[in-house]
Amino acid sequence: MFPRALWRVVAFLVVHSAIAASAGTADHSKFDVLKGPFTTAEDVTEACSTCHTEAAGEVKKTIHWTWDGTNSFTGQRLGKPRIMNSFCGSPISNEPRCTSCHAGYGWTDLRKTPEENGATVDCLACHDGSGTYKKTATDAGHPLYSPRVIGGVTVEPPDLAKAAMSVGPSQRENCGACHFNGGGGDGVKHGDLDSSLTDPPRDLDVHMAVDGANMTCSTCHTFNAHIPSGSRYMTTAVDPHGLDLPHDDKNRATCESCHGAAPHAEAKINDHTDRVACQSCHIPEFARGGVATKTLWDWSTAGRKDADGKPVYIKDEHGHLIYSAEKGDFAYGENVRPTYLWYNGTIEQTAITDKLDDKIKDDVLTLNRISGGPADGKSRIWPFKEMKGKQPYDPELNTLVVNHVFGKDDSAFWTNFDYPKAIAFGMNYAGLPWSGKIGFIETRMYWPITHMVAPKEKAVPCSDCHTRDVDGRLAGLGGFYMPGRDGSRLLDALGYLALFGALFGVVIHGALRIVLRGGHRP
Amino acid sequence: MSHKRDVMIYSRYERFWHWSQAFLIFTLFFTGLAIHGTHHLVPFGLAVKIHTNAALALIALWVFTTFWNFTTGQWRQYLFKKGVFKVIRFYAWGILFGEPHPYKKSLQRKQNALQSLAYMTFMTLIGPALWSTGIAYLLYNSWSHYAWSTTGLWIVALLHTAAAFAMGAFVVIHVYMTTTGKTPLHYVRTMITGYDSIELSEVEEAYIEETKSAEMR
Ligand code: HEM
Repeated sequence: MFPRALWRVVAFLVVHSAIAASAGTADHSKFDVLKGPFTTAEDVTEACSTCHTEAAGEVKKTIHWTWDGTNSFTGQRLGKPRIMNSFCGSPISNEPRCTSCHAGYGWTDLRKTPEENGATVDCLACHDGSGTYKKTATDAGHPLYSPRVIGGVTVEPPDLAKAAMSVGPSQRENCGACHFNGGGGDGVKHGDLDSSLTDPPRDLDVHMAVDGANMTCSTCHTFNAHIPSGSRYMTTAVDPHGLDLPHDDKNRATCESCHGAAPHAEAKINDHTDRVACQSCHIPEFARGGVATKTLWDWSTAGRKDADGKPVYIKDEHGHLIYSAEKGDFAYGENVRPTYLWYNGTIEQTAITDKLDDKIKDDVLTLNRISGGPADGKSRIWPFKEMKGKQPYDPELNTLVVNHVFGKDDSAFWTNFDYPKAIAFGMNYAGLPWSGKIGFIETRMYWPITHMVAPKEKAVPCSDCHTRDVDGRLAGLGGFYMPGRDGSRLLDALGYLALFGALFGVVIHGALRIVLRGGHRP
Repeated sequence: MSHKRDVMIYSRYERFWHWSQAFLIFTLFFTGLAIHGTHHLVPFGLAVKIHTNAALALIALWVFTTFWNFTTGQWRQYLFKKGVFKVIRFYAWGILFGEPHPYKKSLQRKQNALQSLAYMTFMTLIGPALWSTGIAYLLYNSWSHYAWSTTGLWIVALLHTAAAFAMGAFVVIHVYMTTTGKTPLHYVRTMITGYDSIELSEVEEAYIEETKSAEMR
């Protein structure tokens, strides 16, 4: 066991060696091969590869490239082309839009692997240090190469040579370009990942704040041969391995990696770490940075048009879109208190091909089923963002459906607002069976919360959970005894009866003594 | 001929022990009920901190006092005495009409039969029930890995709560009983000063004066 002071030193060294490494020993602006000019972004990758001969090959083995992975806990094959979520549905048939966040260029057909599709690796997405490089939203991962009018504004293409000469370790902006914008916009999907983390105040994120530890995403999400650590598909719900130095498991994405398993000065608080994830107390709310996250997406109402036949869009007083003809009804949340569930790291996702029967309860489909419980010895109480949805499905075959939303054709929902056409196109494109019927099913999805760690003074107070209040944070979690919340009504009734019975008895007795004795004392 | 003399019947240690125990038990009951969720006068986290420290202090005090009781022979005071029913009858009935107490305090017998029985119950039932379940509760993490720990914690917590209620009821009655002396504050004053006026035979008086085996004024 390490004494606490030593842990601090180790943690400090790890963090600061990571930051110091960003200085590097090579100045990329001095390499001729990076001075351009470049006609396409793929040329930049080629230039990088003249020195970093193995890098692109490494990238092609990672989930950032393959969008394909097998959950070793469940055996389930995962990845965006197979798994459904409660936001956009499936990327299939919507490729050039959805693959704008692929770590490559030109993946235009998700029915093929990126290699089969002739895609190439994108180095700049993760390593641009100029802040100018940007993959445009609709070009299968490419940046703009000429000015384009987007949403009424003319957008200039990035200067690829400038970007190439600026490369270095990934910055928050690099990761954030995709991960802050999941679900189609800033903060939409996760709730604990949005642009406020680019330069967060200490209260929002004690690790990433400049006046906090000033860490970047990759300080914790360490990369090994371009393979990232830390996964929502296969979460390390408990890290029994603890401190990573001096015995590194190359997964520094758990809190325990730096803080160990008993980081508190008070023993009673350390007693919680086997059953309560660090995140549950140290992330009191998510979406705390001023960016709202989507909490509801109801696809069933999409497609409304006004009297002139124009698609309807409605914003609320904060400027958030609450109805869109393209997407339906939305609700948002800021400073949201998480939902707490027992979690052992295993999540079962719903694939497009999955039969839904056993996944629907009380007419609600749980898209990702969180495993764990108080008694399995492997679970801790974790915070989640609960996402509510209502999505199209096939009520006869009992599967979800591929909704073709994006494209310049006569079927895409976002331009034609016709569900039967859009879904027929999507299912046909994906080569999946469809009965021709469309229903809408209510869905729930649970997103583990792990970012936006607050300073310790802002941690959840004990009494938020240890309370009888029906509004207590853990009021809904049964199956274990928690002081302050639990007890026995019968015992309490008997106990108070004994207590107040005794009190009543002595009061009566005392009164009788005074009255009957009339002042005589022996 | 016998005299009433003021004799120190509660030594300094006994008084220290009594009052610190009283203070700790009040603290424990108050913070315990906060932990239990009965009141919110102290926030949960602080209540746990105070409860844990007070509990450790009380356990230390009890260990020491048990040692003291045995080395000084004072443990004999708690032994069962005849005449419990007489004393019960007195408190239930006689006291209301000014009857004299059926029992006379002496140096060798500080407690009446009912007191001995009550304190014995306190020391052998309520006390041990509290500290044994309390320690198990405190050390939950060292047995939480067993399959039975979920049920176990429930049982430990409920037994601890039940014993706490018993302790509460005991204290209520105990405090009331202190008002049954010559004056309502007589017993409390005795427990503060240590002196009570006790009827001594001439021989006893002479013996104490000669040997200084007890303080007398
Ligand atoms: C003598 C040693 C004692 C120990 C070691 C002890 C220990 C504990 C512990 C560990 C807890 C649980 C608090 C937590 O969540 O950490 C607790 C709760 C409690 N204690 Fe004690 N305690 C002791 C004495 C007492 C006494 C003398 C009383 C009352 C007169 C008392 C009344 C309570 C009550 C009412 C609870 C709440 C039980 C529940 O709701 O689960 N305790 N105690």
